[in-house]
Amino acid sequence: MKKDEVKLMKGNEVIAHAAIRYGCDAYFGYPITPQSEVMETLMELKPWESTGMVVLQAESEVASINMVYGAAATGKRVMTSSSSPGISLMSEGLSYLAGAELPCLIVNCQRGGPGLGTIQPSQGDYFQACKGGGHGDFHLIVLAPSSVQEMNDFVADAFDLAFKYRNPAMILADGAIGQMMEKVVLAPQRDRKTNEYIAEECKDWAACGRGEERRPRNVVTSLELQSEAMEVINKRLQAKYKAMEENEVRYEMIDCDDAEYVIVAFGSSARICSATVELARAEGIKLGLLRPITLYPFPKKPIEELAERGVKGFLSVELNAGQMVEDVRLAVNGRTKVEHYGRQGGMMYSPGEVLEALKEKIINK
Amino acid sequence: MLNNEEDKTMKETLIIAGFGGQGVLSMGKILAYSGVMQDYEVTWMPSYGPEMRGGTANVTVVISDRKISSPIAHQYDTAIILNQQSMDKFEQMIRPGGTLIYDTNGITRHPVRDDISVYTIDATVECVKLGNAKLFNTLVLGGYLKVCPVVTLENVFEGLKRSLPERAWKMLPQNEEAIRHGAEIIRKVR
Amino acid sequence: MAEVEIKQENLVHARPKLLRDNLMHYCPGCSHGTIHNLIAEVVEEMGLDGDCIGISPVGCGVFAYNYIEIDWVEAAHGRACAVATGIKRVHPEKMVFTYQGDGDLSAIGTCETIHAAARGENIAVIYINNAIYGMTGGQMAPTTLLGMKTATTPYGRDPRLNGYPYKISDMLCHLDGVCYVTRQSVHKPANVRKCKAAIRKAFENAMAGKGFSLVEVVSTCNSGWKLSPVAANKWMEENMLPFYQLGDLKDVK
Repeated sequence: MKKDEVKLMKGNEVIAHAAIRYGCDAYFGYPITPQSEVMETLMELKPWESTGMVVLQAESEVASINMVYGAAATGKRVMTSSSSPGISLMSEGLSYLAGAELPCLIVNCQRGGPGLGTIQPSQGDYFQACKGGGHGDFHLIVLAPSSVQEMNDFVADAFDLAFKYRNPAMILADGAIGQMMEKVVLAPQRDRKTNEYIAEECKDWAACGRGEERRPRNVVTSLELQSEAMEVINKRLQAKYKAMEENEVRYEMIDCDDAEYVIVAFGSSARICSATVELARAEGIKLGLLRPITLYPFPKKPIEELAERGVKGFLSVELNAGQMVEDVRLAVNGRTKVEHYGRQGGMMYSPGEVLEALKEKIINK
Repeated sequence: MLNNEEDKTMKETLIIAGFGGQGVLSMGKILAYSGVMQDYEVTWMPSYGPEMRGGTANVTVVISDRKISSPIAHQYDTAIILNQQSMDKFEQMIRPGGTLIYDTNGITRHPVRDDISVYTIDATVECVKLGNAKLFNTLVLGGYLKVCPVVTLENVFEGLKRSLPERAWKMLPQNEEAIRHGAEIIRKVR
Repeated sequence: MAEVEIKQENLVHARPKLLRDNLMHYCPGCSHGTIHNLIAEVVEEMGLDGDCIGISPVGCGVFAYNYIEIDWVEAAHGRACAVATGIKRVHPEKMVFTYQGDGDLSAIGTCETIHAAARGENIAVIYINNAIYGMTGGQMAPTTLLGMKTATTPYGRDPRLNGYPYKISDMLCHLDGVCYVTRQSVHKPANVRKCKAAIRKAFENAMAGKGFSLVEVVSTCNSGWKLSPVAANKWMEENMLPFYQLGDLKDVK
């Protein structure tokens, strides 16, 4: 890492820089704490004068996500960002995006809920992000950054995955990752895709006008009133999700090789738990950490393998009342103990607190 | 600052707390950038949202030679306290053996703990003398660095430059001077 | 039916080339078919069929995409103007229009409509007002007249219970981003011709970057109103048009 390239930035600012550098075509958003710096930074950087990227402040999150839907329907690389209550407002749009198979990026910088809740960090939207977050059978691709550097890296990853599968992708961050400054090396500037490139790349589906050659028209819709035909669409979506589960699972394992106990944690929680692992090892406890990077598709297999190998217990450590723990339990499938430890309302645990919980709920039980 | 003699690791968890407008957040940013210049890992975590509107602002800076687990702390190695509300809140959150630095201006209830080191820096008064209120945070920073030399002065000056937009670089010399001067005016209480 | 050769001088009306062969799902007597016809003609005459993206609503017009040979995006209920904004912002050189009913545009989509108008988005909005929810089975719309019976106002719309009908077109005139608002109908040949000219003007405004244009078309819903097509037209003239008066409401030169 060259010192000159190292910047000190907030996670939210990095999202804005990374979007411009990726060659994102448009951002539509609405202010909400703790993610407003994303749009503020974009407005400050004025990418419409450099790359031609559109930045628009909408009248609501409902409008933002539907602007994303419209621009994405033309094959452009578009994104929005919000925080928990705003994502709830977007959930209708997320369902339509998934139903119409439109690629796009949504960033959720989570805060505590339910309702208006708090503006402090939380991971209370795991269910919302991973189990649909809107009506109907669908999945978002969900990436969970645990550092400001990953806020940069995952913008490109999320767009690439979204286009690979023609599916909306979400970066599920939280107030801590969004608000904190940390070292980051920004990605190099890429060119935006030209209209001609997109017209060719997405010619089978994008509604960007039939063009001079009057290609067969494209209709972007999630509607199909014939049950037989709708079931076929559903099956196609499910096949796509299955392919994601087979090909796109990402995770990080720390000290799991000889681990007798494993903590499963993502995002900012995983950072804290990495220190717990060090504390535990210093006490002679063989503790490992499995950090899911993709929350959907969930790293089921590595957890299954750890359980199969004889890990004595898993602790799912989340800034919520116990959401991901359900997926951990499904993966472990009764082979051994699975418990949850969490804090809520914007409270964060310390590494030592997590170690105490591990002893109480798993080791000494 | 925690210097573990056995494995030679360094980690400093610092909170700077005061009023909005005192340069609390930018003081943290200068320090964090200085850490970057010294090849350390750093995190800078501000208080944010409506609590800032009430007039108080704080920032937690962690500097370490290893990966930083949490940008949010429950206990601090050092607290720089610049108003009474922050004194009431954060004095109790310093680890035993830690350090408290405060500006006596506006403080009605002084720190009482005897298991920590306590320093004062009369930066507000000094600013009046110098006739430049904008040097407040660099004066305090200089005092802090005298007590807790987590980064070299050379890297602090580089961090100061990197944390400021280019249009403000003409202010660099007087801020560098303020950092040096801050080291001279900090006083140990106990 | 055997092919009959039509001499040019006898040709009064031909099916627009952009109108697709699909059998329309609209009820006999419905105005949607006529308005689709006009849009297809305007797009064709302006030579925009390669550069045109339509946004269909939720409501009877949801399947508009089945009938006109251009690219379409089907929007969530009420969100057409936001969807159109997204498209137009990334394709400023393209013709972007929405096709929306009174429930879609002036109930659930009021917010998106007003803000797209206030921003002066360079889009054309075709707004079909038949004072009722057609697709869902004839419930009250924001535009339902006082005393009018619908599935959810079985004893007639009572302002104390249901509030008053409102004219969103009149309201939109006050916004600086709006360049053209007109109220038309298609129940008589003369009105059809005027309506077509209005749609053309709205499309020209959008392409010229003049701002937001809206063409309200006061229409019938003979199924929802439970009237024959002829009786529905008569009822519209006698009841709708006095309240929703035809003509230009705003036209910035």
